[in-house]
Amino acid sequence: MTTAAQTQPKPVPEPDESSQEFFDGAKRGELMLSQCNECKAWLHPAAPVCTECMGNDLGWAKASGRGTVFTFGVMHQFYHPGFTHELPYNVAIVELEEGPRLNSNLVNIANEEIKVGMPVKATFVDQGGGVFIPKFEPA
Amino acid sequence: MTTNMSGKTAIAGLGITEMTREYIGTTEQVAVQAIRMAIEDAGLAKDDIDGLLVNAGVTNDISIGLQKTAGFRNLRLMNHMNAAGSTAGQMVHYAALAIEAGMANAVVCVFADTPLRGGSAGAAYGQIRNTRGMAGMGPAYGFFGANTGYALAARRHMATYGTTHDQLGAIAVSNRKWAEKNPRAMQRKPMTLEDYHNSRWIIEPFHLFDCTLVSNGAVALIVTSAERARSLKQPPAYILGMGQGHPGNPGRAGFENEMNTGAQIARGTAFGMAGIDNSDVDVCEFYDCYTYTTLVTLEDYGFAPKGEGGAFVQNGRIEPGGELPVNTGGGQLSGYYMWGMTPLSEGIIQARGQGGDRQVEKHDCVLVSMQGGLLDFHATLILSPHASNN
Repeated sequence: MTTAAQTQPKPVPEPDESSQEFFDGAKRGELMLSQCNECKAWLHPAAPVCTECMGNDLGWAKASGRGTVFTFGVMHQFYHPGFTHELPYNVAIVELEEGPRLNSNLVNIANEEIKVGMPVKATFVDQGGGVFIPKFEPA
Repeated sequence: MTTNMSGKTAIAGLGITEMTREYIGTTEQVAVQAIRMAIEDAGLAKDDIDGLLVNAGVTNDISIGLQKTAGFRNLRLMNHMNAAGSTAGQMVHYAALAIEAGMANAVVCVFADTPLRGGSAGAAYGQIRNTRGMAGMGPAYGFFGANTGYALAARRHMATYGTTHDQLGAIAVSNRKWAEKNPRAMQRKPMTLEDYHNSRWIIEPFHLFDCTLVSNGAVALIVTSAERARSLKQPPAYILGMGQGHPGNPGRAGFENEMNTGAQIARGTAFGMAGIDNSDVDVCEFYDCYTYTTLVTLEDYGFAPKGEGGAFVQNGRIEPGGELPVNTGGGQLSGYYMWGMTPLSEGIIQARGQGGDRQVEKHDCVLVSMQGGLLDFHATLILSPHASNN
């Protein structure tokens, strides 16, 4: 059944100068994260300077895409028409093997089956308009 | 050389407008109304005010322009301060320091917000502010408002320490019991633990009754020297201790900022200045945007070991008549949501002994905590009807 709500798009992030590599990587199926060229700290979300050494020589590196569920929630509250037909949907923070934590959604799993600490891996989903974003599924 | 600030300054005036979901004027109008009430409460005249510190809420529509709006013409101190929900505490800290340094005599600190303008209560808090670059990632995944971040933090605590919904619910029920005794509280209908469990999900693990309500209104207070306060109309709420803590969550492996607040940093400074320990604290007024915030704050001030905040709040311990009264006005959950001014205003009322039906009998030492961001910013005040802890 198609409803008016289902035709509403979800918010699509607009890649900008500081995040282009991340979105380009996602389109290729790679999890690209910002990394400090000086002290090698991973920086996610991409930052204008290194939060550790305060340098500004930043680059990008490919992360494994493997991690664990740090925490999660199941959203029941309506905020945006793009999510109406998915309520209740999960939101999760995934801790990558490399250390950074990403906000994301878990896919290919029922909300009731999600556990803190479970291993997951990245998969890349078209959010609309050809902008891909990483989501995570059981590993 | 350091000077002990303890007991050198006091809060001498308090103005609280109506707390409501209804429209009661623009943010500027309610801000000035609260300032006027605070000046009258203290028994001061408008011309006595020589300092103004401003904190805007989510609507962000008051700032230093308030000086002209309210017609202050001889200020010696002014600023618009922003450390999110903890700002109320910081305003008092800097006002007290300025007074002790001789830069001002009577400083008004004001918070005002009018986010309820028809529509959903949380609408102002759930708005998408930016879809560019990395800032657009939250909305893309359906992360909206503060509810999401705090619910995920609570889940981490539940998964790590076995904290239960019965324990979170005990906090909501306690707040409501206090709110029943507070004529100013917005939710006063009795609530049972069963009512808590039956309230709808907002974002699991949070039910509706885990979350703050939202209010239109304003709170203003006046900080002055202890000596001056003694000559004014109200019993002084002396400032015995002040401290801040801002941990800065890096969001990566090895950090558990979702389960640890800036209270761990702020506590030592404030308790040290006041010369107190936990056993001296008679009343706690905590920033409680969510049930979980109260739980983790109790842990971080050392009232319960880390991970045992859930067990601590059960069996009526923080309720009226309990051994550690917490959020005696109903807090933000059942009272009113004026960011850090919610716990601070109730702390002043308790220190003065003006809490009516909800007044805690022994109120020599009132611990007030103000909390901002996602456990990112923290301010502590220790208030007392006595200028000294001894």
